[in-house]
Amino acid sequence: MALPQAKQDTTEARLAALTRPEGAAWASTARDAALARVREMGLPHRRDEYWKYTRPDGLTAPEPAPAALFSGDEQPLFSEIDRVRLVFVDGVFDPDRSDDPTLAGVEIERLQDASRADIHWAKEVYGVLEARGQVPVQRPLAALNTAFATDGVLIRATGKAERPVSLIYLHESETSDAILHHVVKVEPGAELTLLENGPAAARFNKVLEVEVADGAAFHHVRAQGRDHERQAVTHTFARLGRESTFKSFTMTANGVMTRNESVIELTGDDATAHVAGACMGDGDFHHDDTVFVTHDAVNCESRQVFKKVLRNGATGVFQGKILVKPEAQRTDGYQISQSLLLDEDSQFYAKPELEIYADDVQCSHGSTSGAIDETALFYLRSRGLPESEAQDLLVLAFLAEAIEEIDDPAIAEDIRVRLEAWLARRRKD
Amino acid sequence: MLEIKNLHVKLEEEDKQILKGVDLSVGAGEVHAIMGPNGSGKSTLSYVMSGRDGYEVTDGSIALDGADMLEMEPEERAAAGLFLAFQYPVEIPGVGNMTFLRTALNAQRKARGQEEISAADFLKLIRERAKELKIGSEMLKRPVNVGFSGGEKKRNEILQMAVLEPKMCVLDETDSGLDVDAMKLVADGVNALRSEGRSFLVITHYQRLLNHIVPDVVHIMANGKIVKTGGKELAMEVEENGYSDILDAQNETGEVV
Ligand SMILES: Nc1ncnc2c1ncn2[C@@H]1O[C@H](COP(=O)(O)OP(=O)(O)OP(=O)(O)O)[C@@H](O)[C@H]1O
Ligand SMILES: [Mg+2]
Repeated sequence: MALPQAKQDTTEARLAALTRPEGAAWASTARDAALARVREMGLPHRRDEYWKYTRPDGLTAPEPAPAALFSGDEQPLFSEIDRVRLVFVDGVFDPDRSDDPTLAGVEIERLQDASRADIHWAKEVYGVLEARGQVPVQRPLAALNTAFATDGVLIRATGKAERPVSLIYLHESETSDAILHHVVKVEPGAELTLLENGPAAARFNKVLEVEVADGAAFHHVRAQGRDHERQAVTHTFARLGRESTFKSFTMTANGVMTRNESVIELTGDDATAHVAGACMGDGDFHHDDTVFVTHDAVNCESRQVFKKVLRNGATGVFQGKILVKPEAQRTDGYQISQSLLLDEDSQFYAKPELEIYADDVQCSHGSTSGAIDETALFYLRSRGLPESEAQDLLVLAFLAEAIEEIDDPAIAEDIRVRLEAWLARRRKD
Repeated sequence: MLEIKNLHVKLEEEDKQILKGVDLSVGAGEVHAIMGPNGSGKSTLSYVMSGRDGYEVTDGSIALDGADMLEMEPEERAAAGLFLAFQYPVEIPGVGNMTFLRTALNAQRKARGQEEISAADFLKLIRERAKELKIGSEMLKRPVNVGFSGGEKKRNEILQMAVLEPKMCVLDETDSGLDVDAMKLVADGVNALRSEGRSFLVITHYQRLLNHIVPDVVHIMANGKIVKTGGKELAMEVEENGYSDILDAQNETGEVV
């Protein structure tokens, strides 16, 4: 079917600004297929069903809008965590600023290098999970990423990783346009924690494909960086095997545009998938979580916990779906999306969806939007807490359910400290 | 210690006068009780003292040790030594009881120019106080009042009072919902805090509590005013005959109730 002219124009203009990277046959095949998907779907448009609340224009434009660099001197996140740091500067891996990758006790390769090898395990994953995730909801910006990503890491864990792999995204050019594509394969029984933090670029398009094999566990914690003018679209595609665990948490406290899509498929029995997000937005902040969880096996559990604190006209969006296929009996699905609106100018749009074809299923979902609880605020103040401190305590309490999704206490504490600092900075304003 | 003069309070949102000239004077170290029919304005008085929104003081004053309470924010009143044990303690999901208490104590100390209490000292203090009130460590770890039984909530209020060590304690129906043993615990907790520099205003419907916490003065509040003041025997009189005798006598003197 032919695309509407406007969509085709946007797509071709964007494609014209990009150069397809070179690689071995398997990589070229994956990239060609992805490019064909982009052309077939066209880049997102405001009238697309899943782009109603988020304007894609900045993400699809040929050039990114410039984004000022944040020049704070605060200690970087995860500083106290023993991890292997892999640094990307405006979307380009910088080995000199990175740690020795072998210290993680897992296989780590750069996409550039791997894509030149004639045979590579990543062939089974690269662009494969992304392609599967295009149905029933199209995600053309992810296909664009598969076709044009210039850098990224391929990580394969065959046992328990010795330390977390920490991807650090530095932003040093005001006009950078970065496309990164990472592939993670956690082999049967293996365990890996992946950390990500930093603003990355003026505009950032990132795809993370994760294959979690039988009995394997993958933990993912990320924070999306301070630079307020940055724009980001990210996709996480995960496929889970039998008795495997996938847990992903994202903190976002800045950014004029963030669209985070998570597409998770539970394909093996007794698997567990948790996706959570805590975000705090101020002013022209726009943040969109679009989540799609598919239950395609027996006795699996999934949880979606998304909390947004919005002030000064900030906007939050949540589009979350749980799809339970006919054979996915004994499914336990939970989804909650809540916003705390600190003033009347801020807004939250929620589109929770359940689609259930199995009969032995427990699914609950809820979405709320509300102001600070005045009674609780008075109670705290009557015990001596100044109003601003009492409010911060209630904000953190509101976010607690999402932060509790982080299993590692030290990492959770790091995130909590960040959120407190964000609140403290606003208190001074 | 506490001086309330001619206090007139109406609701902010509607034209409804609730307190119609309350006069009350509590000396240092004294225990006063307030009794009175439902809806007479007892809780309103306690809320206005602690600075809750929604009420408008149209006349009168409240002073604590000479300081004008009505000029202060709720947190400033707390730091000045006022404490209200709520009739309906508030549940705060996501905020741990311990965190809450330590934050509150440190906020008050900071406001008074004192040093923050160390984590170790705080732990010692709260363990001691909790033990006296038979509050287990499990309850201390839970979010503030969430999932607490009615009686546990009331004991938790007294725990907060014992940790914050205010000089003017207002207890709004802390005895309601307590079983006999819990009431004894709470009363013991209060009695342990009685001292020359600390005063209590105990709002209650039942004389039973006043057997344990023996008041120096008993006030009867009706229709937004203190209509009678006496010794502890006044509570006995209410217990036996209800309020009708007192209110009738009041009517005969020409008061509109
Ligand atoms: N925010 C409010 N909105 C409407 N009415 C109010 C409000 N606060 C108090 N009132 C009214 O004021 C009156 C006094 O209420 P208050 O709670 O002070 O009574 P009380 O003496 O504590 O009663 P009780 O013994 O039942 O606790 C009641 O008629 C009550 O309905
Ligand atoms: Mg009352």
